Amino acid sequence: MSEAIIEVEGLSHSFGEVTAVDSVSFTVRKGEIFSFLGPNGAGKSTTINVLTTLLPVQRGRILIAGHDVATEPGAVRRSIGIVFQEETLDRDLTVREILEFHGRLYSMPREERQARVEEMIRLVELEKKRDVLVKHLSGGMKRRLEIARGLMTRPMVLFLDEPTLGLDPQSRLRVWDYIRQVNREGTTIFLTTHYMDEADSLSDRISIIDHGRIIASGTSGELKDALGEDMIYLETADDGMTTGILLGLPEVRAVKPSLRGLSVTIANEGTKTLPVILDRLKAEGIGIRSANLKKPTLDDVFVHFTGREIRG
Amino acid sequence: MSSSISRGGRSGDRGESVAAEFLTIYWRDMLRFFRFRALLFSSLVQPALWMAFFGVAFTGTLTQLGAPATTPPGATSVSYLTFMAAGIMALTTLFTSLFGGISLLFDKLWGLMREILASPLPRSHILIGVNLSGITKSFIQVLIIMVFGILIGVQFFSGFTPLRVLVSLLGILLFVGIFSFGFLSMSSTISMRMESPESLQAVITLLSLPIFFVSNALYPAQAFPPFLQAAAMLNPLTYVVTGIRYFAIGPDFYALGTHYVYTPGMVLFSLLFLCLFALAMFTIAWWTFEKAVVT
Repeated sequence: MSEAIIEVEGLSHSFGEVTAVDSVSFTVRKGEIFSFLGPNGAGKSTTINVLTTLLPVQRGRILIAGHDVATEPGAVRRSIGIVFQEETLDRDLTVREILEFHGRLYSMPREERQARVEEMIRLVELEKKRDVLVKHLSGGMKRRLEIARGLMTRPMVLFLDEPTLGLDPQSRLRVWDYIRQVNREGTTIFLTTHYMDEADSLSDRISIIDHGRIIASGTSGELKDALGEDMIYLETADDGMTTGILLGLPEVRAVKPSLRGLSVTIANEGTKTLPVILDRLKAEGIGIRSANLKKPTLDDVFVHFTGREIRG
Repeated sequence: MSSSISRGGRSGDRGESVAAEFLTIYWRDMLRFFRFRALLFSSLVQPALWMAFFGVAFTGTLTQLGAPATTPPGATSVSYLTFMAAGIMALTTLFTSLFGGISLLFDKLWGLMREILASPLPRSHILIGVNLSGITKSFIQVLIIMVFGILIGVQFFSGFTPLRVLVSLLGILLFVGIFSFGFLSMSSTISMRMESPESLQAVITLLSLPIFFVSNALYPAQAFPPFLQAAAMLNPLTYVVTGIRYFAIGPDFYALGTHYVYTPGMVLFSLLFLCLFALAMFTIAWWTFEKAVVT
């Protein structure tokens, strides 16, 4: 496909005895939204901190926009924008001043800086808050301001570390919209999240990270297909007989009793297998009260690969 | 205030931009200084209050104790108020500067430091920017004390020609600026190494006490026991006070019955001492910044 904009090879990082990131390799392509999905403490923030030059490169090689993070941190800094996990806004400055300060930090020429400040304020719809102190903004507005700030310098890659952490559902959807819009306009996005739905809804490609290692990578669809299975939930008149019949079918992998009825694990062609099962049970004369097909979610994928559920 | 970018073809990282980016840090610091009315007000009024209360009260006390007035005829004799005004200028600069780096600690605690450290801004510029705004605040305070002091009877620049007043003012600001630069750098170092404002406060209070008292700021150091006199000789405060008195009062005067003679050599030595002190403090602060990892 298109060219790589982030290339990470064998990245490891430890804090004393604790290994936070363990031989991680991945590639982010130009123009895509790439997510690191994993529970808290999986090594997401450490990875982002090394990639954005805040932590030194201990082991491994990282290229961002063609620049080596270890030897050309300045060039890397000029190519990227960052939205940190925690709020990093001076509460005593106004919205305009926050952006102005950022533009100055990156030595943007005065005219370009001023034009860009207004453009960014429009992008995240904070026109009415232009001269309001940051401390008077809501959580969602602050996040939008931070996204605007990250985009001030027209970065090639925007890093977003848990961009919707602590936001209400409405603000969250709005932030997602901005992320998509920015991406459509050509900015590559690298985001970390521990929200399955966020990774699922935004990303072109996802890497699942746990205990400092990448355990699976691919598009959301590929990851779900990798499970190789769909689930069917059945409530029948005779669960015992049904179990016997279903285990005889080649498409069925396992049948387990569930809360009400049975949960049937089948190969991932669920939509085709369901009618086969229903026809067969009908032919055997077993009454069916309900049938429910469930495609796997990223939660299932996570459980499959790590053997446990993600914790919020 | 526009800054330009100049990118050399070097693969190296330093020196990519030679623009005055420290002005960014300075700009934000001054913005905050003038925004917090209470802080602004207290930093402007506090030095005047020192003068008004301590100066006037102590002058009265000394008069009552009958300080010896053994001034030979023809020599310049200055009041205690005049004598201590130079000390108050130095002390105010000391305290303002010692706390000047605290903004770095707050930036660190509030996460703002990450934004700055992740930017292409060279780290030395953070330090220079903070120092520059600290020096600006000290200049404002020092000028207020001088104006207010003269209003309540401090005999600064008495008998000076306008040109000499101008030169003296520049001399005073030079001494204050370098002195301030040194203590601001010290303050930045402490701030970058501390985790909480409380511990910073404790360290700085502890530091400021000996600096405050073991000097010639408020009383002559000549009466000190020898070890304290030696300590006073190592105290930058002593040298900045020397510089201020030389420029504001003159090279030869009597105060509190003590004869003060400042030769140009002594003044030059004081300036050199302060420069060395400032350079040493800046080097330590720079080193601290280069090593700092804030995530």
